[in-house]
Amino acid sequence: MMTLDFFVGHYAYWFVIALLVLGLYGMIVKRNLVKKLIGMTIFQVAVIIFYIASAVKRGATIPIADKAIGTADASLYINPLQHTLMLTAIVVGVATAGVAYALLIIIFRRYNTLHEPELMEAMKHEEEEDGDE
Amino acid sequence: MKAVNFAVLALFGALLVFAASGLPDRGDPSAPLHRDTSLAGTPNAPSYYIRNAKKDAATPNMVTVILADYRGYDTMGEETVIFTAGLVCFLILRRGRKRNKEDKTS
Amino acid sequence: MREFDSDDIVILVSRTLSPFIMLFALYVVFHGHYSPGGGFQGGTMLAAAVMLIRLAAGSELARLQFPQELGTPLGAAGVFIYFGTGLAAMLGGGRFLDYAFLPLAGTAPALRSLGILLVEVGVGLAVLGILIAIFDDLLEGSGE
Repeated sequence: MMTLDFFVGHYAYWFVIALLVLGLYGMIVKRNLVKKLIGMTIFQVAVIIFYIASAVKRGATIPIADKAIGTADASLYINPLQHTLMLTAIVVGVATAGVAYALLIIIFRRYNTLHEPELMEAMKHEEEEDGDE
Repeated sequence: MKAVNFAVLALFGALLVFAASGLPDRGDPSAPLHRDTSLAGTPNAPSYYIRNAKKDAATPNMVTVILADYRGYDTMGEETVIFTAGLVCFLILRRGRKRNKEDKTS
Repeated sequence: MREFDSDDIVILVSRTLSPFIMLFALYVVFHGHYSPGGGFQGGTMLAAAVMLIRLAAGSELARLQFPQELGTPLGAAGVFIYFGTGLAAMLGGGRFLDYAFLPLAGTAPALRSLGILLVEVGVGLAVLGILIAIFDDLLEGSGE
């Protein structure tokens, strides 16, 4: 099973899995909210790279129709569907990151900290004060 | 607590490596993704797009034809998503601006 | 931001580069039919050209190039162009976003090519407007 063909055909996926694990590490282990968001962005980029890395074909050219080759044989051009889907995914990632950072600004204005244990303490104190009123 | 975190991450990585060994070789032109008919017998979408994009829309760039013509509905939804994100940013951060303006006028 | 001390060399280089970046971004948008590119890529490059001046010279001076109130209306104009092209296709007798039925004269492939061009211009305008609007909103409450 561990032949050279298997290694050459699958090593790109192992790099992507390393990026996925790094992104999850940032989201789970780090305690600052901005670092968690950076972990989420790394996870997103890893998924995009996975799709684009799976779209190649051996001996094929970019998906722009060439007059000299013609478009009758579909195995001469790489798969254009994954590139299209990932354009949408990149822009949606930017929009999500913008909204997330706006929420972080609101949290900082109200509680004056972005460290998660301190934040939970401050929210618990606020709840107790509201409960006493 | 940290040991549990790292164990979960290692387990996740190992599970994904085991699952990736079932994928076909990267770049194989005879993988089920790149063939002309799918496994169910229906015509396969990417090879249809490659063969008919220049003929249907007079445009050599297949990615643009797929994005704006064959799958234009998805691009419309995605543009609405980015517009909504811009509006949400404005609405969330607006109250702070009003309070700053009131501090300046009072 | 805290005190903004502007540097003459940075401002000079940014002012020289920004129009060329915008020109290349327009080329990327309109040449999306024949080379890699299109609406999203060109719109992001246009937004980068505007953000360069905002980062180099401060938000006060950068309003001379691109006023802050122009962000969200440009985004709305881009979405309007996209939906308008789809509805114009319905007016011509086809289904929504079926560019072969646009009410203009031409063969079906040429009309579809024109529909793709209009849609890409709309997407480019929307991405430009909204990225600048998000940037300005995130920097607004930091004491200008």
